[in-house]
Amino acid sequence: METAAETAAPKITAKNVDVFYADTQALHNVSVDIPDRQVTAFIGPSGCGKSTFLRCINRMNDTIPICRVSGDITLDGQDIYDPNVDPVQLRAQVGMVFQKPNPFPKSIFDNVAYGPRIHGLSKDRAELEGIVEKALRRAALWDEVKDRLDTPGTGLSGGQQQRLCIARAIATRPEVLLMDEPCSALDPIATAQIEELIQDLSSRFSVVIVTHSMQQAARVSQRTAFFHLGNLVEFGNTDDIFTRPSDSRTEAYITGRIG
Amino acid sequence: MLTTLPFVLLLMGALLAYVINRRAAVSLRAGGAALHSSPGYHGLFAGLAVIIPVMVITLLWMFLDGAVIERMILAGLPAQAFDGDDAGAVSLILTEIQSLAGGRVFGEPEPWKQEAADRLNALHSASGILLIAVIVVVSIAILALRRARLSPEMRARQGSERLIHGLMVFCSVVAILTTIGIVSALLFETIKFLNKVPLTEFLFGLNWEPQIPIREDQVAASGAFGWIPVLIGTLVVTVVALTVAVPTGLFAAVYLNEFAHQKFRAFAKPILEILAGVPTVVYGFFAILVIAPALRSFGAGLGLDVAPNSALAAGVVMGVMLIPFITSFADDAISAVPQSLRDGALALGSTRGEAMTNVLFPAAIPGIVGGVLLAVSRAIGETMIVVMAAGLIARLTLNPLDSVTTVTVQIVTLLIGDTSFDNPKTLAAFALGMMLFLVTLGINILAIRIVHKYREAYD
Repeated sequence: METAAETAAPKITAKNVDVFYADTQALHNVSVDIPDRQVTAFIGPSGCGKSTFLRCINRMNDTIPICRVSGDITLDGQDIYDPNVDPVQLRAQVGMVFQKPNPFPKSIFDNVAYGPRIHGLSKDRAELEGIVEKALRRAALWDEVKDRLDTPGTGLSGGQQQRLCIARAIATRPEVLLMDEPCSALDPIATAQIEELIQDLSSRFSVVIVTHSMQQAARVSQRTAFFHLGNLVEFGNTDDIFTRPSDSRTEAYITGRIG
Repeated sequence: MLTTLPFVLLLMGALLAYVINRRAAVSLRAGGAALHSSPGYHGLFAGLAVIIPVMVITLLWMFLDGAVIERMILAGLPAQAFDGDDAGAVSLILTEIQSLAGGRVFGEPEPWKQEAADRLNALHSASGILLIAVIVVVSIAILALRRARLSPEMRARQGSERLIHGLMVFCSVVAILTTIGIVSALLFETIKFLNKVPLTEFLFGLNWEPQIPIREDQVAASGAFGWIPVLIGTLVVTVVALTVAVPTGLFAAVYLNEFAHQKFRAFAKPILEILAGVPTVVYGFFAILVIAPALRSFGAGLGLDVAPNSALAAGVVMGVMLIPFITSFADDAISAVPQSLRDGALALGSTRGEAMTNVLFPAAIPGIVGGVLLAVSRAIGETMIVVMAAGLIARLTLNPLDSVTTVTVQIVTLLIGDTSFDNPKTLAAFALGMMLFLVTLGINILAIRIVHKYREAYD
């Protein structure tokens, strides 16, 4: 497993990435290789830049006018900040799940069908229904909602809403799924369901998860990156980071002395 | 001077009460007592306890003393001076006495009138002095009472909170009572009107010719009071106005909210607000001097006959007036959609346009609909533009190129000039006002219900 992680061709490669919010530098010279079909976790104290880096990967930082990104980030070898790359198409390839569940004020069906509809992934209603069902099944939500697909997505419980958002993201058939603290607003049972789902999803595509919970990183990820004060301190196999950290700051963080 | 003095005294009394009781409470605490309420509350309670009753006394006094003094003057007049049953003569004599008292002497007044005028002046100044004395005595009495009652256990905080609570209730009741007053004034005149003109004729009649006969045998003496043509005119103007305002306002809001550069937004928003602040009379000028002639010559070019005062001209200008209204409502509604929904839509690979049409706009619909319905109310109630630009003749037509008249225009024309409140012509204005009130009330209720029903759509 570990050797496979090290030898597989990286899905996403970042080199010397700096991010500025106006005059404040939020990330300093970050370089990582994110493997395909594995879970990569970003950990670190609040404000360390891990979410900022995550948002660089699908160019969500473009929506913040004062944010500026430099350095190279490639997806399958293609520079995603190349002027020829359309961020809208990039975001269809790189899905994202947010910290707080954000279902649209539409029916459950329309929430999941949103991406396939705008990207024209289905020829007719029957095919669309098939896509929606498959996405809901993969998000382990189908059995709970199959009889009320036309009720509002906002009426579900918090954990169900988050799984709905995951179903919505995977219905677009992304190659990478970015998750920004997806369990921080959920109770332990819902968290366990989502973690199981993450494991499951990583068999199909690359998953990058930002988390505050080190236990969660240890449970779900194969690779872990530790960020501190805008720097990538350490990046390696999850087992190594948690058992034999090479940097003293990583050790201090995972043993609870900083954070 | 004599009217402001009571208020000055009253404020001074309240301030004095505040200071004295606060000091007393501070010194109690310094003496080691554990106060229930902080000294500020003791002061506040004493101040309010003075100002509220004394204010009520003062206002009632000023309100009633005129009537009381009048009575006293009338009672003191010589018996042969007037016939007590003739209200008109009595009020004439009173006015004359008041003029004399004010120093405006016309001709040679009878000595008893002069005497009454002197007495009036004397009574007025006596009343003023008495009021001041009452204020001082009552203030001091309350102040002394509150000072004597001051103790560590006294619940001054609850007391002052109760008083302020009462004050807030009073203020909200004022608005309600005013509304009830206006509605009942309308209602009584409307009932008088309906005694002269049957309700069915008013509601369903197709002719609006509100004349009254000057001679008994005049042609078309009765006049016609069917409000349908006036209502249709209002609706035509409103529809034209909304056709202009709703699309323009919504597109402007969407652009400013989602697509405009920050700098353009910072520049365009204040300009829209200036548009909202233009007096409607000025819009009226714009309608008759610019839009109406332009429409007329444009229509002539197309072979259409456009009336000099057309519903179209008034409606277009009214629409321009409503644009900032709708824009600012829609802008607020779209801004209120949580950022997380915007991010969610973009992260799925929506363009900004798709995010707007598929997610943000639908989520903002309740606020937008509320704003549009309020704009409808304003269009129906708008007066000045239509008075100037729409015309005065009530014609039953749906053609916006014709001259039409609206409910508000008719109310204005019916009440301008010499009016007497016992003929149907004048009373018709109140009936129209009542209908206008009912229509806008209905629309406002609808707007509130829609906003309320969908308010929590995205929580």
